[in-house]
Amino acid sequence: MTEEIFKELSQAVIDGNKDKSIELTNKLLELGIDAKTILDFGLLPGMDVVGIRFRDNIIFVPQVLISARAMKSSLAILEPLLSKADLKGSGTIIMGTVKGDIHDIGKNIVSMMLRSSGFTVIDLGIDTKVEKFIDAIKKENADIVGMSALLTTTMGYMKVVIDKIKEEGILVKTMVGGAPISKAFASEVGADGYAKNATDAVKLAKQLIGIEVKENKIE
Amino acid sequence: MNKFLEALNSGKILLSDGAMGTELQKRGLPSGACPEEFNISHPEIIKDIHRDYFLAGSDIVETNTFGANRARLKLHGFENRVKEFCIAAAQLAKSVCPDGKFVAGSMGPTGELLEPLGTLPENEAYDIFAEQASALEEGGVDVLYIETMMAPEEATTAVRAAKENTKLPVVASMTFELGNAGLRTMWGIDVKTAAEKYAEAGADVIGANCGKGFDEMIAIIKELRPLTKKPIIAQANAGIPEWIHGMSVYTETPEVIAPKAEELIKAGVNIIGGCCGTGPDHIKKIKEILDRQ
Repeated sequence: MTEEIFKELSQAVIDGNKDKSIELTNKLLELGIDAKTILDFGLLPGMDVVGIRFRDNIIFVPQVLISARAMKSSLAILEPLLSKADLKGSGTIIMGTVKGDIHDIGKNIVSMMLRSSGFTVIDLGIDTKVEKFIDAIKKENADIVGMSALLTTTMGYMKVVIDKIKEEGILVKTMVGGAPISKAFASEVGADGYAKNATDAVKLAKQLIGIEVKENKIE
Repeated sequence: MNKFLEALNSGKILLSDGAMGTELQKRGLPSGACPEEFNISHPEIIKDIHRDYFLAGSDIVETNTFGANRARLKLHGFENRVKEFCIAAAQLAKSVCPDGKFVAGSMGPTGELLEPLGTLPENEAYDIFAEQASALEEGGVDVLYIETMMAPEEATTAVRAAKENTKLPVVASMTFELGNAGLRTMWGIDVKTAAEKYAEAGADVIGANCGKGFDEMIAIIKELRPLTKKPIIAQANAGIPEWIHGMSVYTETPEVIAPKAEELIKAGVNIIGGCCGTGPDHIKKIKEILDRQ
């Protein structure tokens, strides 16, 4: 019976049905299911489907944002019950939209998907200057730094950050993305990886820190 | 009648300009700096860019005001300089505009999400666009270009604000990308819906700009042409950028786009120009094609 509820919870996240997501999360808790299990078998599988559908153009930005809101509402209930060990996942990623750029929708979606996949994400927000990236990388002892840009007038700033990382000899992997970014651009600026969409970004992040990636298929 | 609409209605295909952002970078705009502030600090550079486009054959040039709205300028602490930047930009373009040619006031998205998905109320978005549109009109532009829109609510709010607060014709375009679901904006809006929404909001000219290059633009215009009687604008990127010698360089050269521009014209555009990565040489090439028609 609980299996059925887990499925319904995943579906509520996929549909972006916030009320239903909250209701089912509480119901599972009342049945004595622990928070980590609800997260792993209810919320995250839902978000996985959302990521794949987004990648495949079955859904678009608005639907992803609505699903994210449902997921967040349930997560708010679970978070106080999750132990530090539950939350500490695959690795730590610093995320930011680069200096001069205010566009954060894509970056937020990527951050959310990374979190859903067990990464600890430190989101520096928009208009992020090189010093802020470097400070955060050092402070958090980050494994990866992810940079986003939407404008042709700001994408060049990724190189400023990557150059600084290299100059200081910091051992951190770099990944870049955003509408004007391409694989060729990424290698020109010396990034360790480029991802075309949020689902690929998760895959890339896992590869960059040496986690085996299994192919996600949607029925 | 407005001279711009008169020229458009004459049946002649009007040639717009190429990119501003990538041209500014070539001429010294540092990565991450505020492009619109150059209207005040580097007026000669802005004038040179406009002049180069007019010399290349442009009938219309766009002001350096794509991000000159309160929401975006806030990032640089310039949120109270919308009017100053817009008027200066319009006047710079006007000062080099030959008789019979036009200046379009460029208006891009706010960069914020509208309610209920985001936090920006629609009436505030409306005020943001109204402020910019009015300032551009005051500076003397002949037409407004609302461009690179992806969210339908924001796009139509911008058109309404421009129509209701100025006497200017409004050209409105969205940015589409070809995926598994066909041509869609990031919000999932297809070409038909975009055309309907823009027409409903009162746009005089509708179309597409930016995106992944001229090939996708041809596909967009072929889809759009049978759907509307309104004049159509197409301003494509010169492909996808690569990073060469510290500059974003676009892959589609003037020679590469020439036959594609010809196809765009055949597909039925009324205004043709370029977006990111296109420069005066691309415009010159399109001008040669138009002259042969």
